[in-house]
Parts: sequence; C-alpha cells; structure tokens
Amino acid sequence: MTPALGPLTPGPLDLALGAGFVLLNAGLSAALGLGLARTMLVASCRLVAQLTLVGLVLRTVFGLGAPGPVVGVVAVMALAAAYEIGARQERPLRGPWRYALGGLVSAGATVVAVAVGLAALRPHPWWDPHALIPLAGIVLGSAMSGIAIGLNGFTGAVRRERAGIEARLALGATRDEALAPLVRSAIRAGLIPVLNQMAAAGLITLPGMMTGQILAGQDPQGAAASQILILFLLAGATGLGVTGAVLAASRRLTDARHRLRLDRLA
Amino acid sequence: MLRIESLRRDRFGPFDLALAPGEACAVTGPSGAGKSVLLRMIADLDPSEGRVSLDGIDRDAIAAPLWRRCVTYLAAEPGWWAETVAGHFSADAPQRLAGERAALRLPPEVFGWPVARLSTGERQRLALLRALAGGPRVLLLDEPTASLDPDSVRGAEAVIAARRAAGLIVVLVSHDPAQVARLTTRRLAVAGGRPA
Repeated sequence: MTPALGPLTPGPLDLALGAGFVLLNAGLSAALGLGLARTMLVASCRLVAQLTLVGLVLRTVFGLGAPGPVVGVVAVMALAAAYEIGARQERPLRGPWRYALGGLVSAGATVVAVAVGLAALRPHPWWDPHALIPLAGIVLGSAMSGIAIGLNGFTGAVRRERAGIEARLALGATRDEALAPLVRSAIRAGLIPVLNQMAAAGLITLPGMMTGQILAGQDPQGAAASQILILFLLAGATGLGVTGAVLAASRRLTDARHRLRLDRLA
Repeated sequence: MLRIESLRRDRFGPFDLALAPGEACAVTGPSGAGKSVLLRMIADLDPSEGRVSLDGIDRDAIAAPLWRRCVTYLAAEPGWWAETVAGHFSADAPQRLAGERAALRLPPEVFGWPVARLSTGERQRLALLRALAGGPRVLLLDEPTASLDPDSVRGAEAVIAARRAAGLIVVLVSHDPAQVARLTTRRLAVAGGRPA
C-alpha cells in the first residue's frame, strides 16, 4: 500500500524538538570552549523571527492579489542582496559603487533568469506570487553568493598583483590585456559554488527546494523536474551575474587612459 | 623631442623639461621627493595635468597603450605576470635581443627560467631587457641598477648608452652621483614634490 501524499507541516511542539537539537549543539560548543554558543543561539532566534515574519508578510501579499506588492517584495529582496554583496567585500569599491555595482548586476541577472523561469512555468497571472517570489529569491541568493565571491576575489587579486599589472600597462598593454588572467580566475571562483551545486544535486545533497516540496507532499518526480529547471536558472543567472560584476569591477578599477586605479578601492 | 610643460598632480610639480633625441636627463633628490611620481606622470600611469608630447604629438591625442609603448616606464621593483621569463617577451625577442642580453651578462637559457628562481639582480636586468624589447623612443628608468654588481652595472650602462646613440631619450632616477655623471648630460633636482 502506498502512503497517502499529504503535507507534513511541523507544529510548534515539533519545532521545539528541532530547537532542542540546536540547544544540544550550543551546550557542546560551550563545553568545548568553541565560543560559538552565543552566536548559534542568536542565529537560531534570528532564524525564527525572520522566517515567521516572512511567512506573515508573504501570506498578506499573497492575499492582496495585486502585482504591485509582489514586485515590491522582490525589490526589497534585491536591495538586501545588494547590501550583502557590499558587506562581504574585504576591500570594497569606494563610495556608492560598493553596493551599487553588485546590486545592479545581481538584479539584472535575476530579471533575466526569472523571465526565463516564468516563460517556462507560465503562471497565471504572470506575477502570481507563488511562482515569482520563490523564483526571484532563490535566483537572487545564488547570484549574490557568486558575485560576492567573484568581486572579493577580483579586488584582492588586483591588489596582490599590482606590480605585475602595472608592468604590463607600462609596456603598452591595454587594461583588458593586463587584467585578463585575474578576470578569468575571479569569474571561475565565483562560479564554483553553483557548479558544485549542480554536480552534487541529488547524489550528495537533496536541494533545499526539492526537500521542501517532497516534505510538503509533492510527487518526487515533479519535484525533480522543477529542481532541474531551477538549477538551470541559477547557473545561468550566476554566470551572467559573476561575469558582469567582475567585468564592471575591472572597468571601475581602471580608467579610460588604461591606468590602474587602486585609489578607487576603500 | 620629448616636451613636458607644467606637468603636475596634487602636491607634485609643476615640472618642465625638453629633451632632444639621444639626450639623457638625471632626476635627483632625496627619497620621497617625487622622482618616481614624475616618471609615472610622464608615462601617464598616474592621472596628471599639464602637457607631454613626443615629436609634437600630444599624449592625449593617442591611445594610452600606444603612448606607453613609445614612452616606457621601468619601475624600481618591476612586476612579473607569467611563470617563466619567456612569458614576458615576444617569441622573436630572444634572438632579436641576443646582443643586449649578453651585454647584461645573462645566459641564453635565461628565457626558459621560472621567474620565481631569479635573483633580484637578474630580475632587474631582465626588466631592463623587457623594456628595451618594445623599442621605446623614451625610457623612464627608476633606479635601474640599484641591486646590480659592478660588472652588471657596467653592462647595463653600456646597453643604455648604445640605445642613446641610436636616438633613445632617457630620464634616469639614480642615487649614484658617479652613474649620473656617466650616463646623463642634463640634471633635474627635485625636492618636496617640485623642481629644486
């Protein structure tokens, strides 16, 4: 006999069981003197507050049935991604570029990927929050991590390789020639997480979204199909985003006279 | 003719200088006086105001990479970007530069060596050879022989003198008065960021 497919939603008591698991870990950390107990507890409390709040907000937005609030939620997510990218930089770009560069590129890549996703899923209406919000969120998240890694790696490498870059420029190389190897390796580094995610999907990890869908009672094969689509969107958006961000940074760190402008790093 | 007119940036300058083909000018002064900044401004590696022209052609009128192929700056601590020495030269360079390579007391095998294995002196001589390889009209040398033994210094000076005889303009930063006397005919003293 096949078990009935129904959503398995944990209640408050079930969540308390999960929380006990975290407390056990915090206790272990305290016993071993890892100094992580506090961080772990704060992170757990943040997690509860954030997700509960998001659940409430999303329920309200879903209930409104208008495109404006849905797009508004996506815009807030994009702003948060812009902030996170800027905050991850060891030596960020000076001025508003710190947040603007990563923010604009991640938003642009997300718009493209979400458009592809909506074209494939064809929800009605197109802004159906059940499709748009999770799609935009997961794509933004992946583009954000890739861009943060790519940008941080690039600015670090440019600072480290300053003498070599300037030697090439002094001998008459263009800024693109002088920075090409650093641009390539930064883009490669930014793409490693999403490539790992694709290669490991199903074999090593069940992707979070698929896990959620199966737990919520969906047919595993259907969950796999939507996961495949999502991973393609993530790879496409992250590739676009990382390449765009690193190329934009390589322009920002040089000028029209092909000079290296490290003074534009904070 | 290299012509420099009121070249300046923030606290440096204004500098004026005019050098005819084959002329060499020494830039002297204490450390931190702005000698390297002057050379970098001439090569357009640092943003600057004022005019610099070569044979009547303003640097702003041509692309910066082309300008730097004509007016080449050699840093005191030259950078490297490839793993082997050969990666820093064009394919025909080892043959074309054989004479100057030998004068700099570098063996023919040097092009196959990994950069990481080079001594400071070898790096400095290879960087000079690398700068000469592009056939510049003006060479801006920032302490080009600071870490060389006396024999290598003589070799480097001979190479520079031979290029000068063929019309190369040289601007040399050096802390060695004897070298300044041997290599240059003109002198520009710098102190506190301006001509002294």
